[in-house]
Amino acid sequence: MSEDEKQGGTGGRRPLVQEWPLWEVFIRSKQGLDHKHCGSLHATDAKQAIQMARDVYTRRNEGVSIWVVPSNAITASDPGEREAFVDPMADKIFRHPTFYELPDEVKHM
Amino acid sequence: MSAKVEYVLRFGDNSLILGQRLAEWLGHAPVLEEDIASANISLDLIGQARLWLTLAGRIEGKGRDEDRLAYHREQQDFRNFTLLELPNGDYAYTVVRRFLFDAWHCLALDALSGSHDTDIAAIAAKSRKEAEYHRLHSGDWLVRLGDGTGESHARTQAALELQWRYTAEFFDSDAVDAEMAESGAGFAAASLRDEWLEEVTTVLAEATLKVPAAAKFVSHGKRGRHSEHLSRLLAEMQVLQRTHPGAKW
Amino acid sequence: MYTQSMDTDPETRNPVAKVSAVGRPEEQRFQATVDAEGKIEPRDWMPEAYRKTLLRQISQHAHSEIIGMFPEGNWISRAPSLKRKAILIAKVQDEAGHGLYLYSAAETLGQSRDEMMAALHSGRAKYSSIFNYPTLTWADVGMIGWLVDGAAIMNQIPLCRCSYGPYARAMIRVCKEESFHQRQGFDIMLSLSKGTADQKAMAQESLDRWWWPVLAMFGPPDADSVHSGQSAQWKIKRVSNDELRQKFIDATVPQAELLGLRIPDEKLKWNTQTGHYDFGPIDWDDFWRVVNGEGPCNKERLAARVKAYEEGQWVRDAAMAYAVKRKARQHKEAA
Ligand SMILES: [Fe+2]
Ligand SMILES: [Fe+2]
Repeated sequence: MSEDEKQGGTGGRRPLVQEWPLWEVFIRSKQGLDHKHCGSLHATDAKQAIQMARDVYTRRNEGVSIWVVPSNAITASDPGEREAFVDPMADKIFRHPTFYELPDEVKHM
Repeated sequence: MSAKVEYVLRFGDNSLILGQRLAEWLGHAPVLEEDIASANISLDLIGQARLWLTLAGRIEGKGRDEDRLAYHREQQDFRNFTLLELPNGDYAYTVVRRFLFDAWHCLALDALSGSHDTDIAAIAAKSRKEAEYHRLHSGDWLVRLGDGTGESHARTQAALELQWRYTAEFFDSDAVDAEMAESGAGFAAASLRDEWLEEVTTVLAEATLKVPAAAKFVSHGKRGRHSEHLSRLLAEMQVLQRTHPGAKW
Repeated sequence: MYTQSMDTDPETRNPVAKVSAVGRPEEQRFQATVDAEGKIEPRDWMPEAYRKTLLRQISQHAHSEIIGMFPEGNWISRAPSLKRKAILIAKVQDEAGHGLYLYSAAETLGQSRDEMMAALHSGRAKYSSIFNYPTLTWADVGMIGWLVDGAAIMNQIPLCRCSYGPYARAMIRVCKEESFHQRQGFDIMLSLSKGTADQKAMAQESLDRWWWPVLAMFGPPDADSVHSGQSAQWKIKRVSNDELRQKFIDATVPQAELLGLRIPDEKLKWNTQTGHYDFGPIDWDDFWRVVNGEGPCNKERLAARVKAYEEGQWVRDAAMAYAVKRKARQHKEAA
């Protein structure tokens, strides 16, 4: 979307100038691995973006390193990226399907 | 009830009641990212509550587990600070409440990490890491709201005025505190006051907020004398356990 | 399904198929990529109708995740054990995350989250109508996890291979989390089915209310579905409504039997010839009533969302104002 549209080219609705900026989030899921793009979020500044990235993108994970970049600061050459899966967080095991013991009769869930 | 059981219940109930209040925001927060953040904090707190309540039940030795303690006690048996049971109010109210508590919580857990009781020390050490993040989060929001717009400043200052009077309880000592401090399993409640005040004052200054005048009022939730709000909170929280006695969920 | 309404939106009733029938070179490249199971990325050329259809589908999906927090959120404060409470908070929090991933994916198509939310709040955008039914008992929380999330997974797994890269990637993340959701729901049902007479009755009463609305979640029968053809060609929608519904029923009936629950359908019967369950007619009038705003909770759900957004405005403004001020101060210090 162009800057112009963002400034309120949306007809009669509330002007959207106040929407929080978009940030791209990159996460190192394990030591030794590269930071991987894992999504985006809205935040007012870098400090807040880092904090929110922790809550949003590492809910099942521990000991990660996070980068955030304002989305509009990225010059893209190749948008194709592989998803980094996030590793389980040890003390939140109830998030994991294997935490629930299913009766043998239930084959797939 | 032994001083130790009572003391452990205080920590468990603080985490439980604040966790319960905070979870009310899920789905209703000002921005989606905050729905997720407050849910994380609520989850941490309820996790802590489970550990503390389980420990309390074990020390007590009457077969009460975490759920027995959470769902089958009356309001006067709860030992949380009164501040934590007050209704959420607006986001400023929620942030201020959390910050005042989080700052205390970090100091308290620091002190408890050195407890002579290894069970208490272990839970405190684990909770301490979580509390640190909670304090960063609420402190950050406090500064943003205090030093944000005219409206947010006014709302935050008002929330502070309303809640400040409940913080005296953090440092109010009774026989339970004294006994626990004496034995080396706990700490003297008043000993955290100066450090807490210094830290809170620093952040409030950054948030362009005024420190309210000290009040004469002291709440006594931790001794089981609560506000009108706790009973209602519990009525909701305990409804299924109470209407289906003995049922497993 | 979460994305059911893309077939039910009056705006999309005009088939868009014509648009991609022409053979401009970029168009051919686009379709060739899709045909080869490649991915279309935000900066790649795409037909305008593809972009619009995706934007509508992804944003409706996001809205469904967000509105979907309410029926279950309704029981967090009353969860019957601390463990269940923690699980439910984590689950509802995941749905917030799903909404966020999906809004992010939709934003790559050129619409901001606020614009999408404005469309939701004004009633222009739809969301899955299953969330317009109330959660009256604790069993409903189990039912949503077991059946609603179960149905969602069936619909969403094929979407992980959707031709639009950001959507497919968001769906991979979502599906990974959904499996926990269905299991925690089934686990609740399992506890109830092993419980007291009251708990068993609670479970059955809940299934009686949810069964038919859940079947309707998969959307209208294929014969009445407007532009599945185009969506299939674009690899946005990969399995038909009826196929998914049948698959869901076949998988769920044995699970209900295991729970000792009776599915409220007199006509439900295993058909040895087809290798599938036959089932009774779905009340499509009820479905359309709810889609068109006359469900039990449509107004409440939307009002709750609008209220959260409006009451959050001063908070969002404050955070923005603070960030602007701080930046200005830093500039001053640097100068
Ligand atoms: Fe979801
Ligand atoms: Fe889900």
